[in-house]
Amino acid sequence: MEFSELIRTDRAQAELRRGPEAAPLRGTLCVTGHHLLLSPGPQSTPDLWLLLLRSVDSIEKRVAGDSGTITLRCKDLRVLQLDIEGAEATLDIARSVEALSSLESVITSFPFFYRPKGLRLGDAWHFHPPERYYKRVARETNAWRLSEVNEDFSLCPSYPRAVIVPRAVDDDALSRSARFRQGGRFPVLSYHHAPSGTVLLRASQPLSGPQKRRCVEDEELLRAVLAGARPGARGIIVDTRSSHAAKQARMTGGGTEAKAVYPGWKRLHRPLERGRPLQESFVCLVEACGDKEQSMDRWLSRLQGCRWLAHVKEALSTACLAAQGMEREGACILVHGAEGMDSTLLVTSLAQLILDPLSRTMTGFQELVEREWIQAGHPFQLRCAHSAFSHARPKHEAPTFLLFLDCVWQLGRQFPLSLEFGEGLLLALFEHAYASPFGTFLCNSEKERCLCEVRTRTHSLWSGLNQPKEQRKLWNPLYVLNPLAIWPSVEPQSLRLWQGLFLRWTRPPEPAEEAWEKVWQIVTESQKTEGSQPTVSA
Amino acid sequence: MEHIRTPKVENVRLVDRVSSKKAALGTLYLTATHVIFVENAPDTRKETWILHSQISTIEKQATTATGCPLLIRCKNFQIIQFIIPQERDCHDVYISLIRLARPVKYEELYCFSFNPKLDKEEREQGWMLIDLSEEYKRMGLPNNYWQLSDVNRDYRVCDSYPTELYVPKSATAHIIVGSSKFRSRRRFPALSYYYKDNHASICRSSQPLSGFSARCLEDEQMLQAIRKANPGSDFIYVVDTRPKLNAMANRAAGKGYENEDNYSNIKFQFIGIENIHVMRNSLQKMLEVCELKSPSMSDFLWGLENSGWLRHIKAIMDAGIFIAKVLVEKDWISFGHKFNHRYGNLDGDPKEISPVIDQFIECVWQLMEQFPCAFEFSERFLIHIQHHIYSCQFGNFLCNSQKERQELKIQERTYSLWAHLWKNRADYLNPLFRADHSQMQGTLHLPTAPCNFMYKFWSGMYNRFEKGMQPRQSVTDYLMAVKEETQQLEEELEALEERLEKIQKVQLNHTKVKSKQSEPSKQSGFSTSDNSTANTPQDYSGNMKSFPSRSPSQGDEDSALILTQDNLKSSDPDLSANSDQESGVEDLSCRSPSGGECAPSEDSGKDRDSDEAVFLTA
Repeated sequence: MEFSELIRTDRAQAELRRGPEAAPLRGTLCVTGHHLLLSPGPQSTPDLWLLLLRSVDSIEKRVAGDSGTITLRCKDLRVLQLDIEGAEATLDIARSVEALSSLESVITSFPFFYRPKGLRLGDAWHFHPPERYYKRVARETNAWRLSEVNEDFSLCPSYPRAVIVPRAVDDDALSRSARFRQGGRFPVLSYHHAPSGTVLLRASQPLSGPQKRRCVEDEELLRAVLAGARPGARGIIVDTRSSHAAKQARMTGGGTEAKAVYPGWKRLHRPLERGRPLQESFVCLVEACGDKEQSMDRWLSRLQGCRWLAHVKEALSTACLAAQGMEREGACILVHGAEGMDSTLLVTSLAQLILDPLSRTMTGFQELVEREWIQAGHPFQLRCAHSAFSHARPKHEAPTFLLFLDCVWQLGRQFPLSLEFGEGLLLALFEHAYASPFGTFLCNSEKERCLCEVRTRTHSLWSGLNQPKEQRKLWNPLYVLNPLAIWPSVEPQSLRLWQGLFLRWTRPPEPAEEAWEKVWQIVTESQKTEGSQPTVSA
Repeated sequence: MEHIRTPKVENVRLVDRVSSKKAALGTLYLTATHVIFVENAPDTRKETWILHSQISTIEKQATTATGCPLLIRCKNFQIIQFIIPQERDCHDVYISLIRLARPVKYEELYCFSFNPKLDKEEREQGWMLIDLSEEYKRMGLPNNYWQLSDVNRDYRVCDSYPTELYVPKSATAHIIVGSSKFRSRRRFPALSYYYKDNHASICRSSQPLSGFSARCLEDEQMLQAIRKANPGSDFIYVVDTRPKLNAMANRAAGKGYENEDNYSNIKFQFIGIENIHVMRNSLQKMLEVCELKSPSMSDFLWGLENSGWLRHIKAIMDAGIFIAKVLVEKDWISFGHKFNHRYGNLDGDPKEISPVIDQFIECVWQLMEQFPCAFEFSERFLIHIQHHIYSCQFGNFLCNSQKERQELKIQERTYSLWAHLWKNRADYLNPLFRADHSQMQGTLHLPTAPCNFMYKFWSGMYNRFEKGMQPRQSVTDYLMAVKEETQQLEEELEALEERLEKIQKVQLNHTKVKSKQSEPSKQSGFSTSDNSTANTPQDYSGNMKSFPSRSPSQGDEDSALILTQDNLKSSDPDLSANSDQESGVEDLSCRSPSGGECAPSEDSGKDRDSDEAVFLTA
């Protein structure tokens, strides 16, 4: 196997330091194809420390005399330090880790080897198929159908096999519309809001180009959406680019929907940051959070300078705008930017959380992530190749999914009783999106996952998460079903830095853990009392 | 009453703070103690009450077509804008309020007219609630090293100190008096906190009148005596809370700081907490940031940093984490914190006003945020204390020293806030508090590294009247409800079990027992009520609009105010927390006109894309 060629030294004596609070761990360090292991000497407990090599974001080595130090910065923002005996060993291990952590091949990655006890392959892959969501839509309205026009991924390589489209539009028209949209991402249903009868759609930009080309089938499709909603329904296109950027896109073959040929639809521009600037914002914030020497004023100006919270605010307000358009004004909403795989998904998924009580449950949220991010073709492999510590120049990396999780956290902070899941689930999703033993976040699209046989050869994160031992961390004990829309405040005073993520490894964890424990204790005590009514034995 | 030029103005509009388009029409009343606004809307008749003593500034703005705007900023951080149709009425209200908000005599303050209908005994008990000698006993005093001194009897030595003071046993009256003469306002070093586990103590005093070279033998002996009172330690720290520059500048005025050469075994430390003038300006700047209408994230963070407020908070925390553990009563009140001067309850020099107590309260909150299980009380407790420091409804925070309070017979003529808070203590409990926590660990271990990012902006305080900005559901209330229900169920369970036993004894005759009968009411009170509030139709404007800042007096007393309506519940100021459950709608229309104006837009012959620009201004 190719791994062995990359492993220069497979063991050394080392001491691991995991931050100022935790006690150092001493033992034998081993490098395997997928892991870094530290096994303490035989005298102590068999407490094995294990790190997935895939989760190493950057590595720094220093050698002094006959020992060396390796600093590992992980994708979950943890910083680890290994003091290793032997200069040569240090360099060899560093090089091995470097090589092994940046392997690009999917099918040799750890999820293809991970076989945890108690889970069977293929178990949870059918938890959240798109067909399942269609069943719900079909119960609510008859205006939509499930189309398998993309069965072989030829129409749109980033869409799943089945998508939900207006019943009045046939597959032929769909394929024409697909040709008119970047990457073939024609408008499909993202969410049906039953109380108002309106829908949320997503797509990519139309390829109108400098000549302002049209596509009759695409126009027809959007007309059918309005006709299917209710007579006289209006539509709003939320373009996640500035109007200037949208006009510029024409030069390169993209563009926007011309108002005249899409009657009933009007366009709003709410520019959202994406791509490299977003990645840089993330890097800058993590850097600021790791710098303990700054004064209070420096901290606030750095927080402002990295603009992360501004991105949170913009993402939430755009999602609110979309949700408001549906719920308050009875309008159908189409969201797209350029490619329709990043900020578009951010807006559609957040709007659903705001409007749909079901998506705020544990299963509903997992389904939302599966449907609106994984199946919808957010290129996880490209976007999450590196986290905030990588020195490599970012190519396709962008923390769009993390921004989504942060926005969800803000919703949870403002409505602490309305989400069935807790911060623990959001942290887990962040970790697994960047490096995971499970196959759920592998590859960039359903097509790629099919080619790699991810479904049959790896385990699903959902089955891993839904095991009983994880529940206390992941569930919110305070949850009470809230049937209403949850409208967050997007004022700067209401938005906070997500300390649980960005300061996770710098602040002492005990106070927050104790509080969480106490909340669980209060709630379970109450459940116990409720359950312990005296029974009458006759 | 002679100051009220006009007791009632009709057709006044109360402007919504967030969306200026919305305003409630109603009638404005001026009473001897409150400004009251009653909305015309017949179904709600919502009321907004503002205590005169809460008013910080009143601003009459330029008259517009709709009327004359009057902006009132309150010390509890509420901001209210009225639009009064007639300029003359507005002027009358303005002139009246200017006078009413700045009483010249203590007797005009609300606490002298506030009457919660308690009898004399209850009132006296209220004042007994916090007994300083008990506090000292808890610290293990008096003991072999510290004794109660009567040197300040009748305030002979220092009029801003209380009469009862703890000093080292070895400090004679001669030393104390000598030392006091060498200290600003004669505030000689006296005990503040004693930690009996290791004999360590915290003493406090004012600056020495050292100038450039003056010395005082008695003062040096006094510090020596304090050092000896802790046999385990060879030196004492003298902590000067000023920036070094300020202390040095003071030497020119004959004041200054202790010279390490003259005092044996002291270690000197400047901490750099800015003076009251800097703090006042800093708070002012921060409040201006809070007042911004829909600021961008950048504007907000920039303004927050520029105000320096959190930096000051951090400086104070760094200086005295331990002070947070000392009770408010003892540290601030008995030891001559200049309440009247600092809080501007009476008309006086505005330069003497400073938000030191606000900062103390905020520091406690910052600690609570970092240690959610360590405090028995909740955020609401702090907010209510802050409210009442300025409300002048209770006598506790009046005057500048114990001496003044005694002269005014505060205890005989007013009520104590602590009794009021104690009565409602259930509302202030922190459900997460772990008693075991405080016993086992005692002190809170703050991160050793200077973690600036742990300090947060306290929107629960400074934007507390903008309810839409606050979390819409309260974890504290929910958990308290759960706890209460658990307790009730447990009691019911006990009762049932008792009954069951009886029944089973009688069962000889009856073979069957209708168990249904005895089933406890299963519906969980809290969860259903939560939903019912959540189900109330959302009101776009509702969240942000005028919150009735209700007078704590209303409802159950105070017949002077005839406005009392059925819908007035007796509750504490504004702070009705239960309505927060309802999910609110952020008014996005104030940032983009997508709101009501989203009607099919006419192109008005302009560029086809012209409607885009409007939405870009967000």
